[in-house]
Amino acid sequence: MTNPASNDAAIAKEIAKDLGLKGFGAAQYAICLKGVVWREALRFLHQRERFVSALVRPLVWLFIFAAGFRSVLGVSIIPPYDTYVLYDVYITPGLMAMIQLFNGMQSSLSMVYDREMGNMRTLLVSPFPRWFLLTSKLVAGVAVSLLQVYAFLLVAYFWEIEPPSPWGYLTLAPALILSGLMFGALGMLLSSLIKQLENFAGVMNFVIFPMFFTSSALYPLWRVREGSPWLAFACELNPFTHAVELIRFAFYEQINPFALAVVLSAAIVFLAAAIRAYDPSRGMLVRREGL
Amino acid sequence: MTSVTPERHNGVAAALEVEGVSHSYGRRKALDNVSFSVGPGRFAVLLGLNGAGKSTLFSLITRLFAAQSGAICIFNWDVSRAPGEALRRLGVVFQARTLDLDLSISQNLAYHAALHGIGGREAKQRAREVLEQVEMADRADDKARDLSGGQIRRVEIARALLHRPKMLLLDEPTVGLDIRARADILLHVRGLVAGEGISVLWATHLIDEIEASDDVLVLHRGQLIDKGNVGEVASRAGAADIGAAFAKLTGAGRAEDAR
Repeated sequence: MTNPASNDAAIAKEIAKDLGLKGFGAAQYAICLKGVVWREALRFLHQRERFVSALVRPLVWLFIFAAGFRSVLGVSIIPPYDTYVLYDVYITPGLMAMIQLFNGMQSSLSMVYDREMGNMRTLLVSPFPRWFLLTSKLVAGVAVSLLQVYAFLLVAYFWEIEPPSPWGYLTLAPALILSGLMFGALGMLLSSLIKQLENFAGVMNFVIFPMFFTSSALYPLWRVREGSPWLAFACELNPFTHAVELIRFAFYEQINPFALAVVLSAAIVFLAAAIRAYDPSRGMLVRREGL
Repeated sequence: MTSVTPERHNGVAAALEVEGVSHSYGRRKALDNVSFSVGPGRFAVLLGLNGAGKSTLFSLITRLFAAQSGAICIFNWDVSRAPGEALRRLGVVFQARTLDLDLSISQNLAYHAALHGIGGREAKQRAREVLEQVEMADRADDKARDLSGGQIRRVEIARALLHRPKMLLLDEPTVGLDIRARADILLHVRGLVAGEGISVLWATHLIDEIEASDDVLVLHRGQLIDKGNVGEVASRAGAADIGAAFAKLTGAGRAEDAR
């Protein structure tokens, strides 16, 4: 199978032709982003069990947990609510955030550990800049989390949980995009940092549950403060709390500026840290001996 | 500068040039001053036992992470300084199966095309071409899950060719395949070298995948202990054939490694 010398010359010519710098144009960046989002959506639609569990999890909380506490826990009038609300109305924004937190952890970590093993390699060997690839992956995860949240809200609608006006569904979207980015970036950061969390159960125990319970998702902060000022303080430090409040206000067509600032900053910090963690020369992959 | 086959370069940049690359994980040295090059249109076998440093070398060439010292160039594009230009000229088949099993073959290829900025009709056209090259065109709409191990490998090779790289990297591509599928994969890749002048770096620990005309790079405990064409390496080791030479150089039992 040796190449004859004449063949070599032809090859040399062809290679020389290809050696010019090409770079990528904006259209090609768009193709790449579209491709990553499209694949994530396809995967999500093909994995029916993932879709079902993403929907069932918050619905269990809503139908069983919240229904049980409905009469026990009344929520007093706190913004953005201008009247007494039932407990299941109060808990809904927290459940939306929970959907996104699960999705953010799942889409990043499964890429590294689960049966998707190796797909992070496929992504990172693309010639596009790494920050762009990671951000595209995040955007794809956020798109899927939006699908999940709105599917949940559709079911919740029939449980008579709805925003004061249909506009709430629209004003909700930017808040969800922002919180989705924050959770996705956090998941991506964790996927690069933590080698020991080899399975999702570990992430549930050490990330998802603490974040979810130490927040304003299940009970208003003033109520927590009555019980334990320290716990309330921990809740205020938890970015999940602010994502929940951002979503809660957006669902009522309002902006919570403080929550917005916290979620935006946290998203930027997590994303920057994730991009750095995946940096070929300064990142964590070297220390971990690869993926 | 060291080169496996300098006379074959014809004044053109080597397809792959690895120059003085060292890399450590903490105190453990995974690669120690490794230098070699793969000329255009050459089939180079990276021969090493498990733990020799093959995976680290592949991680560095594909820029999963950067080498602590030394340089790696693909057609003269430095992987660290111009990663985009280097990576777009490189096709990779990873050891782990990386097709998306839930998606169809053509969906998998479309995703890869997008990762190289190729979309729309162009992507479809290329997918058809590369699938024909590996004789999988009739399976384009099947889910990856329904393919055999050998067929998945063939599709992965097609995928690696989609952006028309002139340098192909394959990390133990025949692991887990039966004898026929192994021979089939080898035949396809060797066909690419002979027919299209693609350069190949083929990592393996299986001696019987080597042919007399190949270049051989023997990696052992992070060091490149010999390189050259098959005959040279065998005679330098004072062995009758490359299998005996590999066993002698690495101290590995011939029987278990030569299969």
